[in-house]
Amino acid sequence: MTTLEFKNVTKIYNVRGFGQIKALDEVSFTLRSHQTIGLVGQSGSGKSTIAKILTQLETPTRGEVLLDGAPIPRGGKGLRKYRQQLRMVFQDPFASLNPYHSIRHHIERPLRLDKVVPRDQLDDEVRRLLLRVRLEPDAVMERRPHELSGGQRQRVAIARALASRPSLLVADEPVSMLDVSIRLGVLNLLADLQREEGLGVLYITHDLATARHFSDEIMVLNQGKVVERGTADDVILHPHDPYTQELRAASPDPEEFFRDRSARTLGGVR
Amino acid sequence: MTDPLLSIRDFSVVYDVDPPVAAVKNVTIDIERGEIVGLAGESGSGKTTLAYGIQRLLKPPAVITSGDVVFHDADGEDIDINSLGVEEMRRFRWDKISMVFQGAMNALNPVTTIGAQLDDVFLIHRPEMNRTERRAAVVDLLEIVKVGGARIRSYPHELSGGMRQRVMIAMALALRPQLMVMDEPTTALDVLVQREILKQISQLRHEFGFSVIFITHDLPLLLEISDRIAIMREGAIVELATSEQIWSDPEHEYTRSLLSSFPRLTGEKGVVVR
Repeated sequence: MTTLEFKNVTKIYNVRGFGQIKALDEVSFTLRSHQTIGLVGQSGSGKSTIAKILTQLETPTRGEVLLDGAPIPRGGKGLRKYRQQLRMVFQDPFASLNPYHSIRHHIERPLRLDKVVPRDQLDDEVRRLLLRVRLEPDAVMERRPHELSGGQRQRVAIARALASRPSLLVADEPVSMLDVSIRLGVLNLLADLQREEGLGVLYITHDLATARHFSDEIMVLNQGKVVERGTADDVILHPHDPYTQELRAASPDPEEFFRDRSARTLGGVR
Repeated sequence: MTDPLLSIRDFSVVYDVDPPVAAVKNVTIDIERGEIVGLAGESGSGKTTLAYGIQRLLKPPAVITSGDVVFHDADGEDIDINSLGVEEMRRFRWDKISMVFQGAMNALNPVTTIGAQLDDVFLIHRPEMNRTERRAAVVDLLEIVKVGGARIRSYPHELSGGMRQRVMIAMALALRPQLMVMDEPTTALDVLVQREILKQISQLRHEFGFSVIFITHDLPLLLEISDRIAIMREGAIVELATSEQIWSDPEHEYTRSLLSSFPRLTGEKGVVVR
C-alpha cells in the first residue's frame, strides 16, 4: 500500500514583467494505491502544475509532498527511487516517444535503469509488458514510433510507464490527442491495469464525462484552488460549487439536451 | 419546404497514389440555407477531404473523379463550382464560402497584427474600399466576435486560444459569406471556451443567416449544435438525419457504435453501450 500526500502545496511562478502567478494555492489531497482520482479544471487551473510537482520537475513554494510519510528526495538515488514508484503517461504520444528509437528500446530503458529484471530476462519482460497493453510483441517491438498509430503509441507509453512496476501513475490527458473511436479502448485498458496491478492513478483531464466514468473520486481545480471534491457521481451529478456547475453546463450532454428539448416542444404543443 | 444553398451530387475524390485511395465516394447531399450540417467520422473517413473538395481546395495527388457542386446564390444565380475559371474561383472563395481552419494557433500569421490580417481580406476582395473604410470594417468585425476593436494591433501570440479562434471566425465572417466551413473549430480549446465559441457561432448564424458545415469527431458536441448530421465512414455518408434522429433512433450500425464510444456525462454509469 503506497500513500502519496500532497500537503498544503502552494506554487508561485515569478514571471518577468508580469509579477507573481499563484499556480497552486494550498492544495491538499491523498492518493493511495487501488484508487483513481480524477483531477478536472479548465486550461490554466493548475492541473499540470500538480503533475509537475508530483514528478519533481517543479518544487513547491510552500507545503510538502510526502510518499509514505517521507518527503521526496531532491536528487540522486532517492529521487530515482521515488520516480520508480510514480510514473507518468503524457498527453501527446507523438511527442513523448523518441522517433530515433525502436519500441523495444523505449521499454527496455527503464528496465535497465531501474534494474527491474536480470539482463537475460529483458526480452521476456518487454514482451510481457507489450502483451499487458494488448500489443502484439512481434508486430511492434522492432518498429519505430512513426510506424504506429496514435492509439498504439499511447499503449507503448503506458507499457513504458509500467516497466518500473510503479505503484502510482499520473495520466495527464492520456487520450485527448487520440481519435474518438479508440479513446474508450485506451481508457478501459488503463482502468483494467489500475484494477489488476492495484495502481493509484491520478487522471488529469478536462473531459468531465470520462472523469466521471473512470474515477472513484474527483477534485475540481479552479485558479489553483480545489473548489470541490467528492465521489465521482456526487461531483458531476450534484455539483455544489458554482465553478463545477459552470463546467458541467459547458460540457456537451446530449442526454440532457434532448430531454430539455422534447420537454420544451411538448410544452409548446399543449 | 427546401431551399438548398449547396447541392452536392455524386461527388468523389481519389488520391492518385499507388495504390489509389478512394477518399470520398459518391457523396450526394444538399446543404439548406441557414442550417448547420455536422460532418462526423473518424480520422481518415473523408470528412475534411469532402469539405475541401467542394471548394476545389485540394492539391494533387487528390483528383475529383466525379460529381457536381452547385451553389445557389442568394441573388438567384446557380453557380457550378467545377466550371469556374481560375479568376472566377478566386473571387468566389471567401466571398460565398469561407472557412474556419483547424487549430487557430497555427492558422494566423505570427509576425503580423491581427488587424493587418483582417485588412488583407478586404484589400483583396473589396478593392473599392479605402483605408478608412477597411479599418472601420476590421474594428466592426472584432467587435462582432467580442474580441474588441482595441485589439486591432495585437499579434496572435498576445491573444488566448479562444480569442485567436474568434479572430478566425471574424475573418471568415468578413465578406458575409452564405456558407462557412468549420473544420474542428473548437478541438484545441477547453470546455468553457468551447461553449462560448459555440454560442457565438449559433448567435452569428441567427444574425447573418449563413449555413455552416461543421466538421468534428466530437459527436456529443455535434448533436447539440447541428440541425442535421452526416455520419461518414470510409469516404461515404452512411447515415444522414436530424441530430435528434441520430441520437434517439440511429439506423446504421456504425452510427450506433460511434455513439457508444462516448461515455455519458449524466447517463447511467457503466452503461456506455446503448
